[in-house]
This record gives sequence, structure tokens and C-alpha cells, in this order.
Amino acid sequence: MSKLQIITKGILKDNPTFVLILGMCPTLGVTSSAINGMGMGVATMVVLIMSNMVISLIKGIVPDKVRIPAFIVVIASFVTIIEMLMKAYVPSLYASLGVFIPLIVVNCIILGRAEAFASKNSIFDSALDGVGIGLGFTLSLTAIGAVREMLGAGSIFGYSFASDVMPLLFILAPGGFLVLGYLMVLFNKIAKR
Amino acid sequence: MGEINISKEVIQGFVDGTVSVEAITLFAIIIGAIFVNNVVLSQFLGICPFLGVSSKVETSAGMGMAVTFVMALSAVVTWSLQHFILVPFGIEYMQTIVFILVIAALVQMVEIVLKKVSPSLYQALGIFLPLITTNCAVLGVAIIAVQKDFDLLTTVVYSVSIAFGFALALVLFAGIRERLEVEDVPQGMRGVPIALITAGLLAMAFMGFANVVPLP
Repeated sequence: MSKLQIITKGILKDNPTFVLILGMCPTLGVTSSAINGMGMGVATMVVLIMSNMVISLIKGIVPDKVRIPAFIVVIASFVTIIEMLMKAYVPSLYASLGVFIPLIVVNCIILGRAEAFASKNSIFDSALDGVGIGLGFTLSLTAIGAVREMLGAGSIFGYSFASDVMPLLFILAPGGFLVLGYLMVLFNKIAKR
Repeated sequence: MGEINISKEVIQGFVDGTVSVEAITLFAIIIGAIFVNNVVLSQFLGICPFLGVSSKVETSAGMGMAVTFVMALSAVVTWSLQHFILVPFGIEYMQTIVFILVIAALVQMVEIVLKKVSPSLYQALGIFLPLITTNCAVLGVAIIAVQKDFDLLTTVVYSVSIAFGFALALVLFAGIRERLEVEDVPQGMRGVPIALITAGLLAMAFMGFANVVPLP
């Protein structure tokens, strides 16, 4: 597999949200606006790249039996670092993402990539895999957030175009399920062609 | 606490002094956690088992029971850790790491103990226990309970109510999905997409509970 393929497969063929259907809780929970979705995607991507690299580094040292707890500790450490950084530098985003930031640690995408890719490949490839899957996740979350924000609040990335007449439902909980469901249909339609 | 719309009997009991303020607060928390702020349909925690396990009513009920058990236990343990270890030593930033490890260890321990002590219960819940470690609702509830600064009793009541809400959503959804299986769903929507859209409609129905009680 070429280096470029490792990155691109995360965006289309192995898209974590629409194809693998992993990490659904943050996907639905934080995408009430495009910027929130993007923030969550980037935070997850950073954790994914860092944890992939470290796990690829320690794959020879950690005994097979305790590898899952070891992976979880590595992931949880990076999540804690990201949490503290976000609290310090982007407090408003930190407040709106809320409990979903510490919950990055139980995002199945990260442990899944650690187990399926990083524990078998070199550091550089693992980092690229993190970039690819992370980009796929970020793009999906931004797209869902953008659609929900446009339909529900009449704005995009905070720039309002029709704020008074929009159905608020799409920003509330049911809208998350509905928009993700229909976007998944659309993605399947386009990807199968 | 804001406005509380509860029955006249409870208010009368409150006036008479037979129902305490704590009881009313706990009641609001229970109804709020099960219906108003349903963990799956309004807080988006525990979506993976919600979509993964909910194809049959029986398995959903089993999963609901297992989650109730683990959630209550882990909430007590994480509450104690937070208040007796993390806060006194000033290491609250270790919360995420400590909580996830404790929950993972706890699930393993529950599995081992259950196997020895009550084989019949293990038979019923056993297959669901390993799945619970990755259920973000368990960690989520532990963190939320600490963030909201609940005392121990409130934490237990809150986590059990949340788990009941989870079980309720799971069983309701499984009932719908059993029917959905025999329906003629358009090709591109089969599987997860139609499940998500159904969940959206269910979430809309649950919005009817909004403003029944103030959110805890």
C-alpha cells in the first residue's frame, strides 16, 4: 500500500463514520454546529495520531496479554493532555463539547486503529493512518454539523443567512439521528457508484 | 430548582411535612434521567450498543440489566475515588485515566465474581459484560455525576435512573426493529440508516417529555 493510499482510504473507503460506523456518540452528540463538529474531529485526530505513533513504538515491548489496558492508558494520557490544552486555549469550544472530550478515550475508532493498524505497522505508517482516519472523521463531523446548522439555525460556521424561520428540531437531538441517517444513505449512494 | 410540575398529592405531602425536599429533588432527578434527558435519545451516550445489540427485545433487556448493574457499581466506585483520592491529593486531572481503568477492571471483576457466586445471573448477563467496557454511557455518567457535584445517594439514584432510561430506549427500539425487519425498506436505507432515522423519530417522541420536570 502506498503512503498516499494509507491517507485516502480513511476518507472514503474506510470512512469511520459512514462506512465503519464507529464513534457514533461524539458524531451525534457534538455536531449541532459545523465548528463544534470540526473541533471534535480535530481533537480526535490529534489523539489518534499521537496514540498510533506511541503504540507503534511500544508494540514490541508490551506483552500480548496486557496490550489492551496498555493501549487504553496511552490513549487516556493523550486525551488528558488534549483536554487540558483545550481548557486553556479554546475555553468556549471546551465548554460546548463538554463531557464528550474525556469520552474521546472510549471512542472505538482510536482503540480500533491501535489494535488493527498501529500494533502491526511502522511508526510513520501509523501516523499516516491516524492522519487519514482522523481526516475522514473530521470531514464527516464537519459535514453533519454544517447540515444540521444550516437546517436548524440558518447559519454556517456561525455566519447567519436565515435565522428566524428555520426548524430548531435539526439542532436538537432528533435532528442528529435524522441528518446522520440521510447523509449515510447519500454516502452509500455516491460511494457505491 | 425552578418549577416542578408534580402531582397534587406530592405537594400536599410536602406541605404536611411527610415528603421532604430531598425526596422531591430525587424524584425530579429520576424522571429527568429516564424520560426528559434520556441518555441515548437526548444525551447521545451509549449509541454503539443501542445500534448494535438492539435487534431483539430479549437481548436488549439483558443488556439493559447488565448496564444497570455495572453503571450503579462504577458510579459508586468512581465517586469514592474522586472524593477520597483525587480531590484530597489535588490530582483531579488524572480523572479520565483513573476512571476508565477502574471501569475496565470493575467489569472484569464483576464477570469473575458473578461466575463464581451466581452462575444463573452470569448466564443471563455474561455475554453482555465485556461489551460494557466500551459503552461510553458508563464513563459518561461517572464523569457527569462528578461534574454536577452530586452526593453519594444522588449519584446512585442518578446512575440507576440513567441506566433504566438506557434499558427503556433499548427495549422500545428493539421492538420497533423487530417489526422493521419484515418491512420492505428501500435498498440504500437498509441496516444502519433506517435504524438511525427510526431512532430520530423515537427521540422526537421523547421530546414530548420536555419540561415535565426541571433538568437535574
